[in-house]
Amino acid sequence: MSVGRTLATARRVLRQLGHDRRTVALLLFVPLFLLTLLHYVFESDPRLFDRVGASLLGIFPLITMFLTTSIATLRERTTGTLERLMAMPLGKGDLIFGYALAFGAFAVLQAGLATAVGVWLLDLDLAGSPWLLLFMALLTALLGIALGLFVSAFAASEFQAVQFMPALIVPQILVCGLFAPRDTMQPALEYASNVLPMSYSVNAMTGVLNGTGIPDHFLRDVAVVVGMALGFLALAAVTLRRRTP
Amino acid sequence: MNDTSRPAVLARRLEVVRGGAPVLKELEFSVPRGTVTGLLGPSGCGKTTLMRAVVGAQARVTGRLDVLGEPAGSAALRHRLGYLTQAPSVYLDLTATQNLDYWAAVLGVGRADRSEHVRSVLADVDLTEHAGALAGRLSSGQRARVSLAVALLGAPELLVLDEPTVGLDPVLRRSLWDLFHRLAAERGATLLISSHVMDEADRCDRLMLMREGRVLAEGTPEELRARTGTDSVEHAFLHLVEADRKARTP
Repeated sequence: MSVGRTLATARRVLRQLGHDRRTVALLLFVPLFLLTLLHYVFESDPRLFDRVGASLLGIFPLITMFLTTSIATLRERTTGTLERLMAMPLGKGDLIFGYALAFGAFAVLQAGLATAVGVWLLDLDLAGSPWLLLFMALLTALLGIALGLFVSAFAASEFQAVQFMPALIVPQILVCGLFAPRDTMQPALEYASNVLPMSYSVNAMTGVLNGTGIPDHFLRDVAVVVGMALGFLALAAVTLRRRTP
Repeated sequence: MNDTSRPAVLARRLEVVRGGAPVLKELEFSVPRGTVTGLLGPSGCGKTTLMRAVVGAQARVTGRLDVLGEPAGSAALRHRLGYLTQAPSVYLDLTATQNLDYWAAVLGVGRADRSEHVRSVLADVDLTEHAGALAGRLSSGQRARVSLAVALLGAPELLVLDEPTVGLDPVLRRSLWDLFHRLAAERGATLLISSHVMDEADRCDRLMLMREGRVLAEGTPEELRARTGTDSVEHAFLHLVEADRKARTP
């Protein structure tokens, strides 16, 4: 691993995004639009907006970062730039962490904007600190980046890559406790949700919503999400091959 | 390491299997240092696979393949090779300069020297005017030259160029061949250049003629013409194919 090459990769990815203003605008403003929409959908039940909205502040960046990273790295594979990089003195970790850093920086912007709009403009009523909520949203985005980098290895085309979103992310949204408390689900699903990282992210965000100070299990939740994210980043690095058939 | 008497590339009983079928069959050849060696043969004969094996990108390579005195694919070689893939491998959503700046950073060119180095490489491929244009907006020939410029970065000892002159106009083709010879003469670089166009053969110091995963012959263009009693490399190639078929059918 080389710090210089990791940073150069991150800068390159951000420069690519910089030439694609429309993607940047969509990444930043679509979450705001959806959050606003949700605010009016739950107009007669603000408490429900608080509950769903707080969790969505983490889920949005996860979905968008998952899609962008998996397509970006897939393009790297299909255009031959990856083969060229792998013939050069670039470490696999340099590439993976370069991507994580670039999209992570972008996620800071995205989650920051969405959290600010949610709390100040849409009256998202938090008992705890918005900073803790933002912190958890960022970790969740990092998880999305890591998952995106990992699954792009299993997609041969953009069509396949996009389908991994409903296949891997939507089930987690369904069982993470957002739709029904996890302990009221069919026990098999409850067990499944125990090993899925999004459950921990939503648990932490709901904790920030409901209580002041650091919520119960917050550190455990942070550790699980960070651990899973790092684990998938490491797996993503393993899927990179210098030699291909 | 810089033993110039040893060949830049040496293959003994080199084989590559792809999708269960052998693509390269018991290849034996060497590429002398400081030469411009042309790898000629029809499309699908294994040129690209051979080049990928040399740069260490090809899986399932058996036999011996030494590059600059090290086994192909060694980590130490990654600083010493320049590789041009057949399809232009550059980032379409970056400008020519931004592309080269990134690739130079990957090769470890220091920040202070990078912009000067990038400028000189862009001048080599005659793209100075388009330095600030997005690679995706360039014509296919210009984009191919951005990709070629990447292979020139970092003063590599061995350049492996997969069809670098395809689709370029004759004037530009000649200036690139001049550049290739200049790199060999002035810097002592070795160039392995593939082409499926036989009329580029006479621009090479040495040739390897390939067909169906085998090397039919290697030598200078004059040697190949003399050996086959023909007046062009194209005729020499046809002659060799015919002789090979006779030799293999009892």
